Amino acid sequence: MQWEIVIGLEVHAQLSTQSKIFSGSSTAYGAAPNTQASVIDLALPGVLPVLNKGAVERAIKLGLSVGAKINSPSIFARKNYFYPDLPKGYQISQYELPVVQGGNIQIQVDGIEKNVRLTRAHLEEDAGKSLHEDFHGMSGIDLNRAGTPLLEIVSEPDMRSSAEAVAYAKTLHALVRWIGICDGNMQEGSFRCDANVSVRPRGTETLGTRCEIKNLNSFRFLEKAIDYEARRQIEILEDGGSIRQETRLYDANKDETRTMRTKEDANDYRYFPDPDLLPLEIPQSWIDQIKQTLPELPQARRDRYVSAFALSAYDASVLTSSREMADYFDATLKQLPAQAKLCANWIMGEISGQLNKEGIEMTACPITPAQLAALLARIHDGTISGKAAKTVFESMWNGELDKNVDAIIEAKGLKQISDDSAIEKLVDQVLAANAQQVADYRNGKEKAFNSLVGQIMKATQGKANPAQVNAMLKKKLDG
Amino acid sequence: MFNASLKQLSLQLAEKKISSTELTTEFIKRIKALNPEYNAFITVNEELSLAQAQAADKMRASGKAGPLTGIPIAQKDIFCTKGWLTTCGSKMLSNFVSPYDAGVIERFNQAGAINIGKTNMDEFAMGSSNETSFYGPVKNPWDHAAVPGGSSGGAACAVAARLAPAATGTDTGGSIRQPAALCGISGIKPTYGLVSRYGMIAFASSLDQGGPMAKSAEDLALLLNVMTGFDPRDSTSLQRDTEDYARDLQKPLAGLRIGLPKEYFAEGMSKDVESAIEKALDEYRKLGAQTVEVSLPNAPLAIPVYYVLAPAEASSNLSRFDGVRYGHRAKSYGDLADMYRKSRAEGFGPEVKRRILIGTYVLSHGYYDAYYIKAQKLRRLIAQDFADAYKQCDIIMGPTTPTVAFNLGEKSGDPIQMYLSDIYTSAANLTGMPAMSIPVGFGDKNRPVGLHIIGNYFREAQMLNVAHQYQLATGWHLQSPV
Repeated sequence: MQWEIVIGLEVHAQLSTQSKIFSGSSTAYGAAPNTQASVIDLALPGVLPVLNKGAVERAIKLGLSVGAKINSPSIFARKNYFYPDLPKGYQISQYELPVVQGGNIQIQVDGIEKNVRLTRAHLEEDAGKSLHEDFHGMSGIDLNRAGTPLLEIVSEPDMRSSAEAVAYAKTLHALVRWIGICDGNMQEGSFRCDANVSVRPRGTETLGTRCEIKNLNSFRFLEKAIDYEARRQIEILEDGGSIRQETRLYDANKDETRTMRTKEDANDYRYFPDPDLLPLEIPQSWIDQIKQTLPELPQARRDRYVSAFALSAYDASVLTSSREMADYFDATLKQLPAQAKLCANWIMGEISGQLNKEGIEMTACPITPAQLAALLARIHDGTISGKAAKTVFESMWNGELDKNVDAIIEAKGLKQISDDSAIEKLVDQVLAANAQQVADYRNGKEKAFNSLVGQIMKATQGKANPAQVNAMLKKKLDG
Repeated sequence: MFNASLKQLSLQLAEKKISSTELTTEFIKRIKALNPEYNAFITVNEELSLAQAQAADKMRASGKAGPLTGIPIAQKDIFCTKGWLTTCGSKMLSNFVSPYDAGVIERFNQAGAINIGKTNMDEFAMGSSNETSFYGPVKNPWDHAAVPGGSSGGAACAVAARLAPAATGTDTGGSIRQPAALCGISGIKPTYGLVSRYGMIAFASSLDQGGPMAKSAEDLALLLNVMTGFDPRDSTSLQRDTEDYARDLQKPLAGLRIGLPKEYFAEGMSKDVESAIEKALDEYRKLGAQTVEVSLPNAPLAIPVYYVLAPAEASSNLSRFDGVRYGHRAKSYGDLADMYRKSRAEGFGPEVKRRILIGTYVLSHGYYDAYYIKAQKLRRLIAQDFADAYKQCDIIMGPTTPTVAFNLGEKSGDPIQMYLSDIYTSAANLTGMPAMSIPVGFGDKNRPVGLHIIGNYFREAQMLNVAHQYQLATGWHLQSPV
């Protein structure tokens, strides 16, 4: 039987506010345990939550970026359960009326565009951390993270492969960073995915029983966990078994998912509107104001790169994979108008490659867009060859000669020989010295031509303008 | 001195007839002598109180005194008070010394008032007799066999027995007004949102409201001037211009239309209470007011609605008392679930447990719509009834309680009978309207009767005027059991 995998994702994006969602404590990562836990985060008797406006603003930004409805009012609700790192005994979340409703995200897999619908995005607070090591059989509680603002972004079950799920997660990851609402740091848990996975016979409509895989904190784990889980479910069904609805954990070391809790032992969370927080009303004027501050979104920029600069969809999507890269591209192109493809190639090739190799961010790139544009201008005007440009690039990256392109070309003697009479002289010399190859070529051996070009390039240490060499050689041989 | 009004005390302090240190010392002496009998206070801290008194004397000397500077106030043990044991009447918090001040405590501190001690109360404010307190029952100063009411029973007793010039209380279903009535003092629950709930240990967040308890309406006005005001730390706190609640005290009552809900003058009210209330209404007519019958058809549903919503919120509010970070933790336990189970089983008393169970039940999957949602709808209808009634009258009156104070132990075995003690008071919490009780005489066994005055939203100044004019004309509020 042919099986179809059905995937929906729940992403918890930590919002990039300075302070927590309901208290003034800092959200900075990595502080000593419980040093960022105020009386409110500790849930002392009598304390009350006060909503952080910045968290709401960020939720609205996401909503506007995905074409969703901003609900007004939206309601904060209490999700009641006991756990030592949940200080109030309930989590303040949103249940019936989330701040963001609906919306769409476009993804691309193997060059094919696909739309993934969003169900909702709601604001909630994070819990603290339970530490089970180093406490001699007891557990430690660190409440620094308790109250950190999260936006839980829930998709419809619109994805059909782990590749689509990863593409969706990456697109969403790029988007939240693009609009500046989340730093996207997956190691620190700023962007975590839960995957709902089910399978069904291809061609059928009814959804299969799903399992939820919790806390996938890398795209690779997301992919592997979904693949494993889908395989597991298919095997069970093919053996005549049935899927039990449950929450599962992915074990990266063993590359498998295993049961965390079944539906039977699921909590009744007893959601009800939090009486400490009034319904959240968002005036249209505030939404309009936030709309003004939104940057051009990745999708719009991708479309613009294709239509205005004739870039391929692939190039456009790579360039817009982060706002930093797209801005870098725009800034480079501004210095070197009409050379979009050249700029794109270098940014996607040399710049990205070097950044990756050294593990640094685009914002810390040692070569500025203006400097890159200066280099590319010298390729474009024929001063240097593409090959020589790579040598210049390396020197610039290393900070030689103040990253001055012309000074480096000069110092390294990389200037291309483009003078017609100089090239003619070279060609004549090589033709005279290689009578046999000239004869071979004239007898129909096309290969001999390349050998002659090679000799000319060798004689000039690669500096002769190859196009001119080709043309001149052809003229002399065929003329 | 012990019978003096706040205004008189303030004058004596201003005229240097007495210092705050002397005044505070006198009250502490009196508390030490009489509290073993009354049990009105859970904590008295002479050192902290006297330090405040000395600071208040300095404040006065530097010319910065306000109306309450130097005056001792008894604080209900539901208000978190920095450096003070803050128990909420529970074993659960019997070891909890608050590291911070509630908004209300801050306001009294800023006014230069003296915290004279933390008053006894029903555990987590759940009770109408003060008998659910982990710290034991409080006696009614008028009759030591009677309950003082609750949950602010310690506060009401402290004021009635003249252990403090005034006190704070909180009111979720009648917890200021019912004990005020039973102890023969005055108390007001302001409009929801006027008094900060920050640091006031939550029972039912949408119903809880702090307020003052004192010997007279005039005193209440001075206390309200200090207690109310916007607090950005409480999202349900109202941002309004400050007002002087004493501004209308002297207004004559001619032309005042008093609404008498027929549902409140029906069966349930005992004869002795009815007779005292009728006499009070006669007095109002003499003062120029007229009475009109109004109807609150959904008012009889207030108790059932209240006993769905209040426990629902309480079950969630009390989840934080889990033995993990503070408060009572069982001495020995197995795993985590066992630690929770034992700590909470040991830390909470039976009434609190009953309400947590009710609240958990009504919020459960499958019951939520039938109970919680339905109760919220009825709550809206009850508010609509009042809105309709106020088209015919300016203010509503009735009995605060159906009977005078009952005996200690009389209803503690029958929760339903106990709950019915709040039959007239809980509607004001459901609607958020201000309501108060003033003493209007005595019923059976010479126990006090309270008149319930319910106002429209933000009509505290008008209500205090109505109460004050009565108190000018009569002397019930000046009667003292001691």
